[in-house]
Amino acid sequence: MTTDDVAIVGIGMHPFGRHEGVSGMDMGVAAVRTACADAGVQWDDIQFAFGGSASAGSPDTMVSKLGLTGLQFINVINGCATGGSALFSAYNSIKSGMFDIGMAVGFDKHDRGAFRVNTRASGLSDWYGESGMALTTQFFGMKINRYMHEYGITDDSLARVSEKAFRNGSKNEMAWRRKPLSMDEVKESAMLSYPLTQYMFCSPGEGGVALILARGDQAHKYTDTPIFLKAAVVRSRRFGSFEVMAPHIALEHNAGPTVDASAAAFEMAGMGPEDMDLAQLQDTESGAEIMHMAENGFCEHGEQEHMLAMGHTEIDGKFPVNTDGGCLANGEPIGASGLRQVYENVLQLRGDAGERQVPNDPKTAYTHVYGAPGISGVTILAK
Amino acid sequence: MSTDSATKQVPVSEGVFTWPSDEPRLLGSKCTDCANVMFPTQSGCPKCSGQSTETIELGRTGTLWTWTVQGYPPKAPPYAGNADPKTFEAFGVGYVELPGEVKVETRLTVNDPAQIKIGMEMELTLVPLYTNDEGEEVVTFAFAPIN
Repeated sequence: MTTDDVAIVGIGMHPFGRHEGVSGMDMGVAAVRTACADAGVQWDDIQFAFGGSASAGSPDTMVSKLGLTGLQFINVINGCATGGSALFSAYNSIKSGMFDIGMAVGFDKHDRGAFRVNTRASGLSDWYGESGMALTTQFFGMKINRYMHEYGITDDSLARVSEKAFRNGSKNEMAWRRKPLSMDEVKESAMLSYPLTQYMFCSPGEGGVALILARGDQAHKYTDTPIFLKAAVVRSRRFGSFEVMAPHIALEHNAGPTVDASAAAFEMAGMGPEDMDLAQLQDTESGAEIMHMAENGFCEHGEQEHMLAMGHTEIDGKFPVNTDGGCLANGEPIGASGLRQVYENVLQLRGDAGERQVPNDPKTAYTHVYGAPGISGVTILAK
Repeated sequence: MSTDSATKQVPVSEGVFTWPSDEPRLLGSKCTDCANVMFPTQSGCPKCSGQSTETIELGRTGTLWTWTVQGYPPKAPPYAGNADPKTFEAFGVGYVELPGEVKVETRLTVNDPAQIKIGMEMELTLVPLYTNDEGEEVVTFAFAPIN
């Protein structure tokens, strides 16, 4: 089999943000209908689905609205890599030869404010949450604080990433936060988890995304612009890595699941970081985007300070990152977040990204999600 | 730690640190196969997949590896301390590297970024968390700078 085995032939999205009176499930249903229309297929053409949601119900129950066709529908819950895991499963279902066309869908609707962590479900004891340590925001503050200490990244870089995110978000009609903010406004907002301020963090949110995948050799039946999924990888943490919600870390150091997932994806695709034309990288907070630039192989540790100051990761820069505004501007509905990144890359590779289109006809694009309890998902797309 | 003789103190949970004790220590596990150290106690070793661990008392002092300050009230539950936005007091959180053992995640007794530096020497103490229905003061562990 070749690496052109699986293509994305249809995409659909329900706007991210806050939508009073609309359930997470209904946002998923809307995304599925849009994706089917985009691929020119009917719901009963879809042979299988993998659906992910952390807080908005069992995705397979959406068939009661979409149509009871008897398809194989499997629910996926895998922390912040839920969307990536649904996509990975859909990819393999087609690559195995078992199916010709199917779907990955994700949606969510979270309470306002930081995620409320269920310590027991995370394999932790009650005292950990009672003592005030079961907060994902603390991890991100502590990881970037250490990283700034080791590699000389400054507050200016943290603010620059947020400024870019909201500027890109202002050009994205699907984004939640569409008002540009200056670096000063970002820096002067409330300090939530030192050194990270309010506008350096994304917020849990709402939204839905559906992607229709088909055999590569049949993709032209559905679209003139198939986008091939060259790699889809999910990796968990290894001993010695520093992850969210960890009461202890080993003394010895391991680079973590992002480095592992990235290397495996590049190997699967037969490509390297230098072959990528743009990327969507997990930006739970602005420091995460900075660290993930290096962890995914797009620069050396510490080079980000210069790259950001020079505008290299802007839409018209040498290597655009988070062209749709990322998690910072879109919020993070867990089940949909990783699929939102792939949706954006499909738009960019089709040349359909409008005001935020990356110039010079990009041919390849990369996505990366990271989250609890130390899991990363990477995809590589090419046309 | 300061002890008010009128108020009985109880630990946030049994088995996290030695109690009662004038000089409490965190309780961890050591793998009997590869000597890997973990906190809190657990069965099974994430390093060598060994199935046998023994409970050990961890060192009381170490150096601050990284830190942040919890600047907004955590959601309650799970947080059991004061989460009232009007009276909430920010608290430091960090990882303290215990030499030759492990880095433990912990509250810090300091919350002013100007007072906190990576690499500073720290020691274990206990801090009050909340008063329970029996009127007892529930305490959890924290690390304090060594002056």
